[in-house]
Amino acid sequence: MNYELVCGIETHIELATKTKIFCGCTTEFGGAPNTHCCPVCTGQPGSLPVLNRKVVEYAVRAGLAVNCTINNNSHMDRKNYVYPDLPKAYQISQFDEPVCENGYIELDSGKRIGITRIHIEEDAGKLVHESGTTYIDYNRGGVPLIEIVSEPDISSPEEAREYAEKLQLIMRYVGISDCKMQEGSMRCDVNLSLRPAGSTEFGTRTETKNINSLSNIVKAINREIERQEDILESGGRVVQATMRYDANTDDIYPMRTKENSDDYRYFPDPDILRFYIEPEFVERTKSELPELPSAKLRRYIDDMQLPETTARDIYKYRRVSEFLDSAVTEGASVKNAANMIIGGIYKTLETEEDKEKFDIKITPVQLAELVKLIDEKKINKNKGQEALSKMLESGKAVSEFIKAEDTEGLSEDELIRICRAAVDENPDAVNNIRAGKGKAINVIFGYVMRQTRGKADMGKVNKIISDIIG
Amino acid sequence: MRELLTTLSAKLQSREISSVELTKEYIKAIEKENDTINAYVHTTFDYAMECAEKADKMLKEKNASPLCGIPMALKDNICSDGHLTTCCSKILKGFKPYYDSTVWSKLKNEGAVLLGKNNMDEFAMGSTSESSCYGAPKNPRNTAHVTGGSSGGGAAAVAANMAAYSWGSDTGGSIRQPASYCGVVGLKPTYGAVSRYGLIAYGSSLDQIGPITNSVRDAALVFDAIKGVDINDQTSVDYNYGNVTGALTGDIKGLKIGVAEEYFEGIDPQTKTSVEKAIEFYESNGAKLVPVKLPVLKDSLPVYYIIACAEASSNLGRYDGIRYGYRADNYEDIDDMIYKTRSDGFGKEVQHRIILGTYVLSSGYYDAYYKKACILRNDIIRKFNGVFDVCDVLIAPNAPTAAPTLGYSSKSTVEMYMSDICTVPVNIAGLPGISIPCGKDESGLPIGMQILGRKFDEKTVLNAAYFYEKNAERAFDEYEGGVNL
Repeated sequence: MNYELVCGIETHIELATKTKIFCGCTTEFGGAPNTHCCPVCTGQPGSLPVLNRKVVEYAVRAGLAVNCTINNNSHMDRKNYVYPDLPKAYQISQFDEPVCENGYIELDSGKRIGITRIHIEEDAGKLVHESGTTYIDYNRGGVPLIEIVSEPDISSPEEAREYAEKLQLIMRYVGISDCKMQEGSMRCDVNLSLRPAGSTEFGTRTETKNINSLSNIVKAINREIERQEDILESGGRVVQATMRYDANTDDIYPMRTKENSDDYRYFPDPDILRFYIEPEFVERTKSELPELPSAKLRRYIDDMQLPETTARDIYKYRRVSEFLDSAVTEGASVKNAANMIIGGIYKTLETEEDKEKFDIKITPVQLAELVKLIDEKKINKNKGQEALSKMLESGKAVSEFIKAEDTEGLSEDELIRICRAAVDENPDAVNNIRAGKGKAINVIFGYVMRQTRGKADMGKVNKIISDIIG
Repeated sequence: MRELLTTLSAKLQSREISSVELTKEYIKAIEKENDTINAYVHTTFDYAMECAEKADKMLKEKNASPLCGIPMALKDNICSDGHLTTCCSKILKGFKPYYDSTVWSKLKNEGAVLLGKNNMDEFAMGSTSESSCYGAPKNPRNTAHVTGGSSGGGAAAVAANMAAYSWGSDTGGSIRQPASYCGVVGLKPTYGAVSRYGLIAYGSSLDQIGPITNSVRDAALVFDAIKGVDINDQTSVDYNYGNVTGALTGDIKGLKIGVAEEYFEGIDPQTKTSVEKAIEFYESNGAKLVPVKLPVLKDSLPVYYIIACAEASSNLGRYDGIRYGYRADNYEDIDDMIYKTRSDGFGKEVQHRIILGTYVLSSGYYDAYYKKACILRNDIIRKFNGVFDVCDVLIAPNAPTAAPTLGYSSKSTVEMYMSDICTVPVNIAGLPGISIPCGKDESGLPIGMQILGRKFDEKTVLNAAYFYEKNAERAFDEYEGGVNL
């Protein structure tokens, strides 16, 4: 039988506020165990939570970025459950009045994946298992989270990945989180069920928890589809369960089954007052949102005429795209600036993470100064790349590496003269070229470059040389 | 012993007596009396002497607070850094908080001297203090009788002159009722008037810290010291009270006193008569009586027990034996450890209320109980607002009877719950209320009345009480033991 995938994703994102959601402790990742803690975030008897205003502001920003409506009236609820990493035995979360509702993310195909809701809540601590003993580290406890719940609109593993990737990029663009899946600042839980193609009823779903990379989303979904298909094909019944995907073995297995749905006994937290999000604040936040990824990509491709691969290579890192935009504002041409970034700067940034961080020594102004020399054909691209790598190493301006005489114009006549000389001085190379040894041309190029101190346009040189030697 | 704080304060400020000397007197009194009264479950005498020495230094400077150097006590559910705070529960055995409650932190800055922690019902759940894991405190007026609860130890300490004043918490009458049983003054401030930070929660939307004192003026004085908004408690309110003590005039001419007959239904005749006499005394001195109707009072008890227990079931989830307090000795795994710790660590009454609270929040029952209780709560609030449109204060009994004999709470849970009928409505509506003595029954036990007011109108409430204390005949003799100055 043919099955159809019905899939929704719950995404937890740690917000990049300086302090925790209900106390003044730092949210910094790491730190010696239980050093980023206080009576409030360890749930000491008598302590009380005080809601961090920034958390609500960030949630509003997140919601607006994915087309949600903002609930002006909102409140916090207690979600009661017992687990050692949850020091109060309840998580302060939101149940029936989340900050944001009814949004969507548009995929490249134009299909929209609905977003049911976004709510704010506190993260739990972490259990550390070491040589037979379990320790608890509450540093993460009380770090603010938003939970973004999608509609079950996802119908392929690739759509799931694209949804998560787009969500990640949008949240990075609006600056509310670094969304690092490996470090857990973005965590995806995949709800998934199968049904016969064309059917309108839902099958029994499972929830696969804590998938830690975008590519593992695809793998985990594929595994779970296979598993459920096998069960259904053999006439079995899928049991509602929480699954764990093991990326090392590419295997999926149930953590616990849920015969009865959990009863969290939600009720409004009496320690935290209801809050009102002013419509003016929402409007202001909306108007202050930065250009979002989809708009930026469209602008790069449609308005700036960048090739799509180039545009994508740049827009997928917020800082890089901001760097490019600034360089262009400073007068650099988009095309040359983008090429310098991808062909030059990226060479020094090996990993995805390096590119995401984009911690480089030069400023957009410095790049623009360099690119303008190329734009005005005062230097060629090779010379430009050479200068760029020196700039990236030293953080110094282009004027340090390109002297005035380097940028003096090179007349057509002068170039022809030098090319002639090159042919005359290198008879062996000329013979080799004539004999069809393509690489021999490099000898000629090298000569011309030396004579012109790198100013010559290699395209032109190639043409002149072939004219001379026929 | 009336206006004890004013008297002591004057003696300290004039250096007639030092805080160290005074503190030693109180320590002596506690050492002598506590075996009988059991008002204290933890004493902090070394710390008290430290506080006293510091206070004496502060008293040498000008402008020391009127509370500077005066020995007092906290209920065993109010945190102070490094001192046992156990809610009189086995599950918090050995628990020493590593931070100060806002109340203690303010008092400390004023130079207050902490003698120790007072006995109470376990987690403030009870009306007799008999659910304390340290055994019940005894009523200094008659040690065969209960102190009331849950702040029974604090009321007993003040009544027996083992503290100049004490701090209790009132969730459903836990300050007013024991104050009434022990013949002292208990103020339950408006919800939000005093920070709850550092008060170990029972029913968070009802809990309020307040003082137990020898006099109304004393109550005003200590209320002035701790009231006000606190950045650590979002439910605290920035209300501009001004100085409450300074506003005590005792003038009640034209004061409109509401009398709701529902408050007097099922009340023991002796109590009823005492309170009615007091009301007449007000009338004969120029107050106006306004008969009002409050049929919603009958809803108060179920609303109270549903909301308080629901919140408690969640608030008490954290006592799992992992981070602090008691942990069961033998267990198989973490779930078993938590199960055994809680089964063994919590007393019967607390388990009762946790189970009740868990039930009313469970899916399928939430709408029928918790949600309905919240709707009724709003109704009660509206009805009280209506009453306070036509009168300034309400006067009512504190409890159906004077203090019952020890062992009362074990008789009938429902009967014990019923005895809260007079006090819980104020907590549900978040209003201020004060309990002051107004008579004694035939066996000489104190009878108290409560004066209730509008939100944040402690001034009117305290002033009405101050009038009575100043002008009415004292109902019973002073306690003879304890510190006598």
